[in-house]
Amino acid sequence: MSRTRKGLWFLGSLLLLFAAWEAVCRLFSIPPFILPPPSGVLVSLWKLRETLIAVHLWATLKEVGIGLALSVAFAVALAFAMHASRSIQRLVYPYIVLSQTIPIIALSPVFILWFGYDLTGKIAVTILFTFFPIVVSAYDGLRSVDQEMVNLLRTMGANRRQIFLKLELPASLPHFFSGLRVAATYSISGATIGEWLGASEGLGYFGRRASGNFQADALFASVLVLSLMGLFLFWLVGRIQQRFTPQERVGRSREQHKGDAAR
Amino acid sequence: MAVLEKIFFSGVDFAYGDRQILSSFDLRVAEGEFVSLIGPSGIGKSTLFQLITGLLQPASGQIRLNGQEARQRLGRVGYMPQRDLLMPWRTVAENASLPLEIQGVPVREALARVRKELPRYGLAEWADAYPGQLSGGMRQRVSFLRAVLSGAEILLLDEPFAALDGITRMEMQEWLMQMWQQTGKTMLMITHDIDEAILLADRVVLLTGSPITRPVELPVPLSRPRGSACRNQPEFLALREHIWEQLRLARQDRARREWHAG
Repeated sequence: MSRTRKGLWFLGSLLLLFAAWEAVCRLFSIPPFILPPPSGVLVSLWKLRETLIAVHLWATLKEVGIGLALSVAFAVALAFAMHASRSIQRLVYPYIVLSQTIPIIALSPVFILWFGYDLTGKIAVTILFTFFPIVVSAYDGLRSVDQEMVNLLRTMGANRRQIFLKLELPASLPHFFSGLRVAATYSISGATIGEWLGASEGLGYFGRRASGNFQADALFASVLVLSLMGLFLFWLVGRIQQRFTPQERVGRSREQHKGDAAR
Repeated sequence: MAVLEKIFFSGVDFAYGDRQILSSFDLRVAEGEFVSLIGPSGIGKSTLFQLITGLLQPASGQIRLNGQEARQRLGRVGYMPQRDLLMPWRTVAENASLPLEIQGVPVREALARVRKELPRYGLAEWADAYPGQLSGGMRQRVSFLRAVLSGAEILLLDEPFAALDGITRMEMQEWLMQMWQQTGKTMLMITHDIDEAILLADRVVLLTGSPITRPVELPVPLSRPRGSACRNQPEFLALREHIWEQLRLARQDRARREWHAG
């Protein structure tokens, strides 16, 4: 199926969903503070556009942007360190694996307590949400390098640094980016939860206040903005990935994806 | 006139743990020679290549390259691996320029040198393609070019055409014969294909026994240049029969020994 046809199908299914939603709300006369109809959400989004976009979207975007950037920097540094030194890897890696099983959301209040109710606290919670998937994917990418390829470079007389820069780093990028894509969506959850725990601005704060005031349409409007932001981040990471992994742009890349999925 | 020995193994021992692979092993390959190595799988042919490239070191014995004792051999031998091992994120030209980059040649200069070579390899229009877009035969040609550009006078080819279909394989064999004649490099090729071993080589070395001690060396009595038609000459057929017989004996011998041991 071509891209445009896929797009049309998706658009159609979206319209169908909204139509069904609208119909259910009207037919059963559901009170709008329980489930507002999509038309109500859109009207509310239009009415609130200035505060939503200029104040709250901007605040959340700042938290997500700074949090994700710091997270990538710390996580990649740790992945490099684990790759460079077996002792660091042995000391740290078990905790990184274990940390995947901790419900991170439960730790968020502590982070807010430590880092404060201002921007720093939100950034800390965002880092908490996104750090581990990035470390794991970056490190696994570095580790997954074909040993025969390393040997080939050694027969060419390559030193440790050249093997890292010319082979291990580029070979790890597809792994890294799939982790980053997951982290990009997590970062929005992180920032939202940070805002729930105490804030004076941001889409999470706005949504929580709206639900407290039984303004379900305003809550849904903020959720809509949050999910659009998530889609945008996802798309952005995809674009950056294409820029750095040229092989994904050409024909046979599908085979590789299959291989990754099989692993 | 003494012939310069490009590769010289004298009394080389090598073992993986308890498993002895080579025992006082000798091998000589002269300058400009094409030698095929043939033997049962798992006997240690790839180990032999890793010893020549310097990825492995012998337990005892001497390895000389270009007539000098060489303890540090990494970067001195061109190696064409069994799988092409092209980097999927690099274009054809960038893949081929890899050994030059590693030697410290600036990237632009390296790429310019590669582009000059590509037409000879039938890859001129593919310089900016990615390996995923190439056929198996083209990928092997890129891999070969990469080995040549290492600048080494010795090239090791590890079953270079094993993964190709029959027709492509025959084309590539003829192509490789031309490349050998043009470049004048010393080539050592591992293969499982008896016809391929004979067709390309000046000498076929049969690796048998576990550990390998005395390889059987069989000169190929065919004049050059050779083409596919050589396969029908009586000398070719006789040599093929002889190698086949030797390999069969070696296999029976091994099975018997394993039966006694087990």
